[in-house]
Amino acid sequence: MRSGTFFFAALAVAGLAFESLRLLENEYLFFAGYVVLQYVVLATAWNILGGYTGYVNFGTAAFFALGAYTSVALGKLVALPIPALMLAGGVISGVVGLGMGYLTLRLRGVFFAIATLALAVVVQTLITNWDFVGGSRGAYTVRPAVVPLLGSYVQYLFLVMLALAVIAIAIAHAVEGSRLGYGFATIRDDEAAAEASGVPTLRLKLVATTLSGALMGMAGAPLPYYVTYLDPASGFNLAYAVNSIAMPLIGGMTSWVGPLIGALLLGSVQQVATVSNWFGGHPEVNLLIVGVLLILFVIAAPNGIVGLIGAEARRSGRR
Amino acid sequence: MLWDPQLLLNAIVSGLLLGGFYAAVTVGVSISFGMLDIVNIAHPAFIMLGSYVAFLLNGTFGLDPILSSIIVLPAFFALGALVYQIYYVAFERRGQESLRGLAFFFGLLFISEVGLILVFGVDYRFVEAPYIGPSLHLGFLDFPLRMLIPCAVSLAVLASLQLYLSRTFMGRAIAAVSQDPLALRLMAANPTRVKRIAFALSIATASIAGALLIVIQPVEPSMGRDYIGRVFAICVLGGMGSFPGTLLAAMLLGVIENITSTFYGPSWSPAVAFGFLLLTLAFRPAGILGR
Repeated sequence: MRSGTFFFAALAVAGLAFESLRLLENEYLFFAGYVVLQYVVLATAWNILGGYTGYVNFGTAAFFALGAYTSVALGKLVALPIPALMLAGGVISGVVGLGMGYLTLRLRGVFFAIATLALAVVVQTLITNWDFVGGSRGAYTVRPAVVPLLGSYVQYLFLVMLALAVIAIAIAHAVEGSRLGYGFATIRDDEAAAEASGVPTLRLKLVATTLSGALMGMAGAPLPYYVTYLDPASGFNLAYAVNSIAMPLIGGMTSWVGPLIGALLLGSVQQVATVSNWFGGHPEVNLLIVGVLLILFVIAAPNGIVGLIGAEARRSGRR
Repeated sequence: MLWDPQLLLNAIVSGLLLGGFYAAVTVGVSISFGMLDIVNIAHPAFIMLGSYVAFLLNGTFGLDPILSSIIVLPAFFALGALVYQIYYVAFERRGQESLRGLAFFFGLLFISEVGLILVFGVDYRFVEAPYIGPSLHLGFLDFPLRMLIPCAVSLAVLASLQLYLSRTFMGRAIAAVSQDPLALRLMAANPTRVKRIAFALSIATASIAGALLIVIQPVEPSMGRDYIGRVFAICVLGGMGSFPGTLLAAMLLGVIENITSTFYGPSWSPAVAFGFLLLTLAFRPAGILGR
């Protein structure tokens, strides 16, 4: 499918989903749905670097929180609508992604992963010691009194995140079928061979880290308005890093469908677990669910749910 | 900022002691990651497990935490062999160890952490031992025993591992598998078996490191996360599988961290450790003793 057609098809599906959720008239669904959609964006963004080029990023939380704190910092200076804040957060996180790409371009595989882990802690420490955005005490955000378009602020946030999810998926889909996507795949399969064949691996890696980081930052930008109180511990929560890795791995990393399926599935399970107090409602239980599923999938279904479905289809086709 | 020389010297001394302890925490990763190429990012989780085992044995039987960690060494060794076996069958044999193996250990980290939370809760736990509390004094220098003893035990662990690797047959086989598994196979030795023993050994060190950790400070389950970056920083900085390098890098990091938290406040010290790692990876990936 061509990128333009795909974008409008995705937009139509998203619009349909939004309208049918409105029919249920339950505000909580939007509240929970926002988190799931946020994970759709994070998982898709992670997959652009992790799935397409094979570079594991443990630092999702850093890019995400940078977007959120860009909103906090800008919100103290001027009143901006959320889409504008998202653009700003995307630019900041994209620039940091580019910087990280430059800093770590000599590192391959595992060392890159460890470097991103380090980056996350460095960024968190800087934010924790930066008093302008609240430091370790955290910062309160006042939601605007007037809600554009819709009656409820949560529905507005949901809609904004839905739009971002559509954009992220459309970008992932467009990358997949383009020269860029094939370049990424050569890096994933054999970086030395790719470089020897004239693939500009460095430039492609920088494109991937920037694109992935920018999308994560955009996903984080509305967060202060969603939680209204943001401190470094929640902004840099490890759950973001864990989930953005687990979701593509569980869904399947080779195409845009995988992270989407993984995020919808894992995100919803976690929301249900939180509401229905599994294992005494301990907040860490979500991590346990993700950890167990992650291990089960990497051992039993290395290509994720998409891989399972593909294998099943091939088997029935042969029969 | 006042750079009081006595304060500075004290910070350096306690940094060296802290670094000695960091060496015990890192030595397991130096074996698994440095020598065997197994990215065990769950190693700090095994260390927390070691802390809680020491806590249990100390609380129920009144055993010395360090002694109890030595008693349970075989159990940790067996656990390590089991984890390696799963890792080998599921990933290494299929040649998928890089990304999926990493995800496997990542998942293991959280399962073990949440398991500890569900069993012990999130309260800080501590052990009782006669050497927690008193300090030696040399002039204006303080040597708290709860830091001095872990540092000494850590040096003993490193020294015995170094002897084991250089003097025994199996130790030399481990060194060989880290250099060239194919050549080892040509010598009719089984690299998988050697790696299993080496990995089990690396997890066994987590038992002792865990006991040392709970001697130094009270622990809670998610504390292991703080050590992920630290151990990999030390391991890379120390030039991967080298024990003298590990010790040197651990002490360097201990001193820098301690000076930072003494003069600028503890909230800055994580950035120092990790920033150090980031700079090492970017500019000196072969480590300080590297070629």
